[in-house]
Amino acid sequence: MLRFVPIITLFFMVGPVSAGLIGTILPSFGTLPALGGDGASLEPWRTLLAQPGLDHSIRLSLINGLAATLISVVIVMLFCAAWQGTRVFRMLQRLLSPILSVPHATAAFGLAFLIAPSGWIARLVAQVAGWDRPPDLAIIHDPLGLAMIVGLVIKEIPFLFLMTLAALPQADTDRTAQVTASLGYGRITGWFKVTLPRIYPQIRLPVLAVLAYSTSVVDVAIILAPTTPAPLAVRILGWLSDPDLSYRFMASSGAVLQLGIVLVAMGVWIGGEKIVGALGRNWAVDGRRLPHDGWLRHGAAILAIVAAGAVILGLVVLLVWSIAGFWAFPDVLPRNFSLRLWAREFDALGDSLAVTLMIGVPSVLVAIALVLGCLENEVRTGFRPRKRVMWLIYLPLLVPQISFMFGLQVFFTLVGLDRTLFSVVLAHLVFVLPYVFLSLSDPFRALDPRYGQSALCLGASPNRVFWQVRLPLLTRAVLTAMAVGLAVTVGQYLPTLLIGAGRFATVTTEAVALATGGDRRMIGIYGLLQMMLPFAGFALALLIPAILFARRRGMGGNNRI
Amino acid sequence: MSNTQMKSGLELRDLSIRLGDRLLVDVDLVIAPGEIVTLMGPSGSGKSSLLGHICGTLPPVFDVRGVVRLNDTVLDGLAPQDRHVGILFQDDLLFPHLSVGGNLAFALPSSIRGKTERRARVAAALESAGLAGFSDRDPATLSGGQRARVALMRVLLSEPGVLLLDEPFSKLDRGLRDQIRSFVFDLARQNGLPTLMVTHDPEDGQAANGRVIALD
Repeated sequence: MLRFVPIITLFFMVGPVSAGLIGTILPSFGTLPALGGDGASLEPWRTLLAQPGLDHSIRLSLINGLAATLISVVIVMLFCAAWQGTRVFRMLQRLLSPILSVPHATAAFGLAFLIAPSGWIARLVAQVAGWDRPPDLAIIHDPLGLAMIVGLVIKEIPFLFLMTLAALPQADTDRTAQVTASLGYGRITGWFKVTLPRIYPQIRLPVLAVLAYSTSVVDVAIILAPTTPAPLAVRILGWLSDPDLSYRFMASSGAVLQLGIVLVAMGVWIGGEKIVGALGRNWAVDGRRLPHDGWLRHGAAILAIVAAGAVILGLVVLLVWSIAGFWAFPDVLPRNFSLRLWAREFDALGDSLAVTLMIGVPSVLVAIALVLGCLENEVRTGFRPRKRVMWLIYLPLLVPQISFMFGLQVFFTLVGLDRTLFSVVLAHLVFVLPYVFLSLSDPFRALDPRYGQSALCLGASPNRVFWQVRLPLLTRAVLTAMAVGLAVTVGQYLPTLLIGAGRFATVTTEAVALATGGDRRMIGIYGLLQMMLPFAGFALALLIPAILFARRRGMGGNNRI
Repeated sequence: MSNTQMKSGLELRDLSIRLGDRLLVDVDLVIAPGEIVTLMGPSGSGKSSLLGHICGTLPPVFDVRGVVRLNDTVLDGLAPQDRHVGILFQDDLLFPHLSVGGNLAFALPSSIRGKTERRARVAAALESAGLAGFSDRDPATLSGGQRARVALMRVLLSEPGVLLLDEPFSKLDRGLRDQIRSFVFDLARQNGLPTLMVTHDPEDGQAANGRVIALD
């Protein structure tokens, strides 16, 4: 049985993506029998290309996606180069891990509340500058989409940082840094010349995933991006939700176009990699050392801390708004506080939490079981998957959600599973699986194999070794992976909305739905609500092993190779 | 373990292990019950893969020829848990999530039934190792020497037919090393176990007071 688990797992990731893509491409050429489209036609494409401002939407998606990715990568690389192995580095490491669990939409709302013309920052400036009304500036939904870039950057930094962190030990970075320093290189230059080329191949897939996400994101764009016109992905969702069903054909063409945009963005990025690589090879050996890079190091630290601070302050301001009474501009705090809204919404909040868990718990349980099966199979057969398999694991993160979720909806309708809990869970699983796998595979593979060998030689069966030795030793890693999985399912917007066809009101779909209304107190409540489950998950992942193994000091981190 | 005349010990017949086109080990060897044979060689010479092969835990990428027999039973093809091969590594590898007693009970065959009986066997093993009353202790709170002794008792409780030692003393303090060495060797002989030790420390070989075979 166990040896089929890797295939089943891949099927759950690759299957929906493929079915979804087919279900998107066919209607984009007029084939969707359910809606009376049964011939091949270019009509959907003609309608799409006739949409006003389409070129503007495309440009927004492409440029903003590339810009957000580039800025995130540069900040993370600069920060790692400048501070790796120091106290500042470890401090930020502790700060960024919990930030990773903040859903994108929550972070975007928090940012909006900070930087909006009537946001916290403007209120602080107003105290000094003496403003009595908010400045007349379009900071949120600004025409260039700068707010959206910032919103993406503050959420992608923690992800890329943690991915880099996982790659660092394989490049023997601490000793490399000592060598470059003794040769007279400044920290940053030494790191960029020697360490970066070694670790970049390992973070390349995560970077491309960030690029695909930033180029096609919907929920963050609804909250922060320009609206006239909006980035392409947001417009596609609008067409999909239109009561006029004939819009679905054009929407499919749009979704295929979105896939094309992501591919173009990846092409541009990979071309950029090649150019930087070629230039870098000369630069690496030109002997320039930039030994005094204190200004750059501090700049990198400030950028990273501002990015982390924006998320954290954003959460604080969400909290303040959720309990705010009357709060006039330019007051820094509300005149009075009230739990009235929380009390009024109490039942509704409970319902959306319940729906979120109803989808999340089965997704996480199935994902952890499959991933454990894959990893246990590796141990028992002694075969590790080739590097290429990593592309398949990343596939759901590299294909834009909007490009296959509509098609998947079409597919589920075809097999009579539309709008069921089962199909929503399957759709979430597509994204939960890769993250759970990425989170658990490193600690699982790092467990000293001699524990298992010793246990086998003591006469324990392979199953007993798994349940009584490997699994308990990995308690913390397994729970953390489950918490990551939970954070992923809680944050899913499009799959819940499209596959559930609006039947499943989770904390995230409710929160994003509030974006257009602009009721800040309600947004504050739902933004925080989105945070509660991921935070609870990570808290349990810390707490449970601490309680279980309170009297086992050896359960720290030293049972690794 | 008392009836050693009936047992022929551990036989490694024309055993060779290759990785790609590199020959790692090539031995032909019989170890009698109670005999301790030392294989000397530098690290990376494939000594550990030989032990892994005898245990049945060697990954399939290695190319192995020859036969391994323990008391006239061919081990090749048997699952590791069915081989009754005991092994000690240079780390004690006590399971950190179990108590000292839990580690020992893990090794005790399930044919020994009843909580009281199992507890008594664990207590007796601890007592014979000079660790009476340690059953409920967290292994992480034990000294290096105590942990080494628990690790050996754990192997012996699993009723092995052979004992393999993979540089088992190299991580112990010098002062402790002699003491643990004689503890392990004495118990191996008392139990009539054919014992194969791989090491790069010549002192281990001298202390074992048996055949020493050098690997290139």
